[in-house]
Amino acid sequence: MGSIQQIIFMVLSVVALASALGVVLSKNPVTSVLCLIITFFAIAGHYIMMNAQFLAVVHIIVYAGAIMVLFLYVLMLMNLNAELEPQKRNWLKYAGAISGGALLVVLVAALRDASMPALSPEANEIGLIHNLGLALFKQYVVPFEVSSILFLSAMIGAVVIGRKD
Amino acid sequence: MPVQYYIFLSIALFCIGVMGVLMRRNAIIIFMCIELMLNAVNLLMVAFSKMWADAGRVDASSAQLFVFFIMVVAAAEVAIGLAIITMVYRNTRSVDINILNRLKN
Repeated sequence: MGSIQQIIFMVLSVVALASALGVVLSKNPVTSVLCLIITFFAIAGHYIMMNAQFLAVVHIIVYAGAIMVLFLYVLMLMNLNAELEPQKRNWLKYAGAISGGALLVVLVAALRDASMPALSPEANEIGLIHNLGLALFKQYVVPFEVSSILFLSAMIGAVVIGRKD
Repeated sequence: MPVQYYIFLSIALFCIGVMGVLMRRNAIIIFMCIELMLNAVNLLMVAFSKMWADAGRVDASSAQLFVFFIMVVAAAEVAIGLAIITMVYRNTRSVDINILNRLKN
């Protein structure tokens, strides 16, 4: 273990992987939501480590602030408890775990010998809001407007679907 | 720090998400695992953005804008998906996908 960046990387990675496993393995859905919030904070720490400060802030606001609150709200609205998930057909769980593990092994084996450059530890200006705003409103104006239309249609769709009739 | 570390971390998070989708029967937890997979891809894109920025490319911020658009799509997907799950729960009193495997009745 060398520099402080590798130590921070290891700590954040262990936190992210452990809480991601907690999402999958916990019996209570509320515990899964809380574990997923911890995972998102660890990923935001990785973003800050890679000089993506604006993305880290947006990630925390959007995911931990909006999306997970929505999940938690729906969970508490439904009053789901741990016993609602029937645990029959146990071989399906093993089949799912083996399939995911096989995908992990294949991807790691395929990319293990790839020659990539190392990330330099010094900071750069690429993730600040000035550069991102210039790129967004110069090169990506049309996708930006299309995403606003997507948001509008999603909002209308959610209202129409969730209407009590 | 090599880029491989970030690639392997993203692969591990993505595979945990795949395992969750295949193992769990609760529709809300399946949605959360899909969010986990999207976040693994986002992390990989930010790592490649840093790699291109270190290589001196001026357009390295495009990858971070793609992460931004993925967040937009994820937010819209969650809004629609949770509305659908709420309606399904209101009709069938369950979010277990084994019960929902027939869309009629």
